[in-house]
Amino acid sequence: MASYLARRLTLAVPVLLGILFVTFALARLLPGDPCRSTLGEKATDEICDAFNERYGLNDSILEQFRIYINDVLHGDLGESLKFGRPVTELMVERLPVTLELSAFAMLFAVLLGIPLGIISAYYHNSAVDVGTMIGANMGVSMPVFWLGLMLSYLFGVALKDTPFWLPPTGRLTAGVSIQPFYEAWGWNVDGDALTFPGFIANINTLNAILIGDWNGFRDAAKHLILPAMAVGTIPLSIIARMTRSSLLEVLGLNYIRTARAKGVKEIGVVGRHGLRNAMLPVVTIIGLSLGSLLSGAVLTETVFGLSGVGRILYDSITGRDYTVVQAFTLIIAVVFVFINLIVDALYAYLDPRIRLE
Amino acid sequence: MTSNNKDKPPASGNEPLLQVRDLKTYFFTREGTVKAVDGVSFTVRRGEIRGIVGESGCGKSMTAMSILRLVDKPGRIVSGEALFRGEDLLKKSRREMTAMRGQQISMIFQEPKSSLNPVLKISTQLLEVLRVHRDDRSVPVKTEAAVEMLRGVGIPDAARRVDNYPHEMSGGMAQRVMIAMSMAYAPDLLIADEPTTALDVTIQAQVLDLIRKLRDDRDMAVMLITHDMGVVAEMADIVTVMYAGTAVEEAPTIELFEEPLHPYTRGLINSIPVMGQVKDRLEVIPGRVPDLIDLPPGCRFAPRCKARIEHNLTRCEIQEPHLIEAQPGHRVRCWLYESDDTV
Repeated sequence: MASYLARRLTLAVPVLLGILFVTFALARLLPGDPCRSTLGEKATDEICDAFNERYGLNDSILEQFRIYINDVLHGDLGESLKFGRPVTELMVERLPVTLELSAFAMLFAVLLGIPLGIISAYYHNSAVDVGTMIGANMGVSMPVFWLGLMLSYLFGVALKDTPFWLPPTGRLTAGVSIQPFYEAWGWNVDGDALTFPGFIANINTLNAILIGDWNGFRDAAKHLILPAMAVGTIPLSIIARMTRSSLLEVLGLNYIRTARAKGVKEIGVVGRHGLRNAMLPVVTIIGLSLGSLLSGAVLTETVFGLSGVGRILYDSITGRDYTVVQAFTLIIAVVFVFINLIVDALYAYLDPRIRLE
Repeated sequence: MTSNNKDKPPASGNEPLLQVRDLKTYFFTREGTVKAVDGVSFTVRRGEIRGIVGESGCGKSMTAMSILRLVDKPGRIVSGEALFRGEDLLKKSRREMTAMRGQQISMIFQEPKSSLNPVLKISTQLLEVLRVHRDDRSVPVKTEAAVEMLRGVGIPDAARRVDNYPHEMSGGMAQRVMIAMSMAYAPDLLIADEPTTALDVTIQAQVLDLIRKLRDDRDMAVMLITHDMGVVAEMADIVTVMYAGTAVEEAPTIELFEEPLHPYTRGLINSIPVMGQVKDRLEVIPGRVPDLIDLPPGCRFAPRCKARIEHNLTRCEIQEPHLIEAQPGHRVRCWLYESDDTV
């Protein structure tokens, strides 16, 4: 098991290097130049020469890549050309928003999708099954931004002044603030040392749990419901369909008959014998869904007025802010690789036959 | 194959453990009603091995699944009785049936490797039987119990084997595990559905020996389902021959092989190659098993029956014969033996 994971981990290194190279190259292949899009009308040739010199943009592409890799390996992701701030700082601000949204969306998709899939498979061809699958097919074909708009209209506008109202924008209600956990715990941190605690503290719900601020948690979570539903609907539908078909197949297998013949109750037959075997493809799908989830977040963040990775990535691509594009792409890739690593580990845990290979 | 069980008289005279009466299990499909089991009756006595023999699709497995009430949709037990120690299994609640399975009636299957859950350790699967049937849920089940169960079926190195997964075992080993699992509560009845079909001949003999030994040791009844006349000859005390969802003949094994009455049984026995005997061609039964949706009106075997032509019987294709006692303890469903006054 450990060697299996070590092998997977080693394989992640060339993947990440490849991603670094491709994003680096793609960012520079875009027409337009960073100086003019950053400085706008103020950009004269002299100023731009100085700008390019300062940011090393006059060096050859290969030299730039060498310096970049060297910096990344030393933990330095560079400075934003546009904001003139370290990229890490931007990341502490933006990444928690997207991660929190993605986590809530995934939670919504998994906690609803798997049970729906199980019910559909167990009562297959029943009204429940047909209803769920129609819903799932609709959900999977729904554009995320459109669903987002509809949800915010329904819950934010149409249901205003009812108990079902939900905030359609922002992360917290105006006036509500959650004290960062490191302050509450009396940690004395600032500057670079703040990077990691600051990152954690900016995940509002997690921070609220850490300090036990339940009103803050409720408010933050309430703001997440609509965007999480918007982003989570497609994965939810895919997970429900995959759970259904996978479980349906497993329930027809011989060992399920054995389980019944030895007197296991139905709940154990489906839960212990069926689900564990049916989960393999579902786990894969959950891992892959995170990709569509992160990209879905870009649009959703705009609809729900959240300043996450999606927004800044869009802005920096249009603004030729190379370092920011590279850094955020890298981070998303790392998250992706990491999630797939977890998927691989789950595979090995779920199916002993994989551990041998 | 040699036989050593026939010297021992079949344990008869005692009360039947299982009495199946006129069991009917139909499958309601879009194409029509498949009469998989259509009026089967037989009894199984304590200490007896009852062979159920017939070709694929004759309803023998479905008979077993019906007794355990494990028939899946679109199948349904339509009518009949399955009296186990005097109580009708078909009238029991789902909960009562779940409690009986694996404890009083156990079943083993044709493909042992796929009958074990690939993601659970052998010990987990063995102990699960103990876990689901124990009276006191607070008493933990111990791994040693699983080791003991494996020892009981003669698996060498049982202490190490319990930690294996099914894919790390051979078919014969897996079938022993299945048997160990089914023996956990010393059931009164073991239903063995083609237990050796997927195994090598040598392993087959070992598994059959094991089943017979367990029968002898525990005075358990065995319902042995097979299509292999050799296995029947070696194992069974009494045999039911099934054809197209019904029982066509029933007799003690020796009698059945010495004097088969039904033309179908004769065909089956004649189609076994005999060592030392030179034949240009093996006997075959012409034709095919009838479609269970669209059964012929009279005797189900009539379209393939040579005896019908030889004896110039006319009612075979019009009226279905009854299962009658042609000789003491030897029953057959055929117009050759049924006269008008027996109806």
